[in-house]
Amino acid sequence: MSLLAFFGWLADTSWSVALHESQYAYSIVESVHVWTLAVFFGSVVMFDLRLLGWIMPKVPASEVVGRLLPVTKVAFVIMVITGTLLFFAIPLRSYQNIFFRSKMLLLLLAGLNVWLFHARVYPKVVTSDVGGIAPRAAKVAGALSLALWIAIVFSGRMIAYNWFDCDRQPQPDIINFLTSCDATEAGP
Amino acid sequence: MSLLPFFQWCYQTAIGEAIRESIWLFPVIEAFHLVGLGLVVGAVLLVDVRLLGAGLVKQPVPELAAAVQPWLLGSLALMFTSGGLLFLSEATKCYNSPAFWVKMTSLFLVLIFTFTVRRRVTRANLAADRPLPGRLTALISLSLWFGVAWGGRWIGFS
Repeated sequence: MSLLAFFGWLADTSWSVALHESQYAYSIVESVHVWTLAVFFGSVVMFDLRLLGWIMPKVPASEVVGRLLPVTKVAFVIMVITGTLLFFAIPLRSYQNIFFRSKMLLLLLAGLNVWLFHARVYPKVVTSDVGGIAPRAAKVAGALSLALWIAIVFSGRMIAYNWFDCDRQPQPDIINFLTSCDATEAGP
Repeated sequence: MSLLPFFQWCYQTAIGEAIRESIWLFPVIEAFHLVGLGLVVGAVLLVDVRLLGAGLVKQPVPELAAAVQPWLLGSLALMFTSGGLLFLSEATKCYNSPAFWVKMTSLFLVLIFTFTVRRRVTRANLAADRPLPGRLTALISLSLWFGVAWGGRWIGFS
């Protein structure tokens, strides 16, 4: 079974339809997603700015990360749960949404950056912290994280306004290729 | 006097019309607004969480507040610019939206509170020896900001 067929099946399940058509549930889930986004993004930006040395240069970066990470983690978990629910409410359309696809790709890259930072760079940050200036690799990780999360917020917001929807034909071939849309059909 | 004529005038401005007619301008401005929201929340949380007795507890409140101040002001400027543009494009809808008025009332209150009471509390390091005023300040600040975020999100659902 292809992913396309699977999400098509998911879209027809009664739970997905119920969430999609609910009067308040969908709006509430989306609101919680946005509010936790603010908390998550806000704390991540503070880490990144600190790694770049643009904010609180006298406070050790490890202290900023260590003391704020619990808040970031809780917000992240809520974002993943609410985000999954939002996808579950509109699975097929989201799967074929170019902004959803770019968001997933960017999330993967951001995750890779987090993993690399904590595995390779962070131990060095902790030892060289006291002087106030983080190693060059930490600055690169901070700048990458900042750029990636801003791009993720942009892609995420665009998902709701998708002007490359399969139903809006004709689209350039490259768009239909990237979104697995069938231009000859009216769309899902 | 009703504010409706002013809202209608905003709606009819060339900028408002240009945003309405574009397929991508509104979402892109909204995304800038969201990035601004995250920055504001980050700058506010850092200090308010500290006032509540958590977060960067080793750092003095006045220093933290001073460190985030330029970021708070900068992100507020980003929010006002992007928010103003969004408003121009749908001013008449906003006039009839309860969520819009909840947001504007909370925003008005939180701005006054932030630049009077909260400023004094964070500068005087009041929280160090008297935690209660600090905690109260943080709770009021966070509640009002939540009112802004709640109203803001629900404008879109109305």
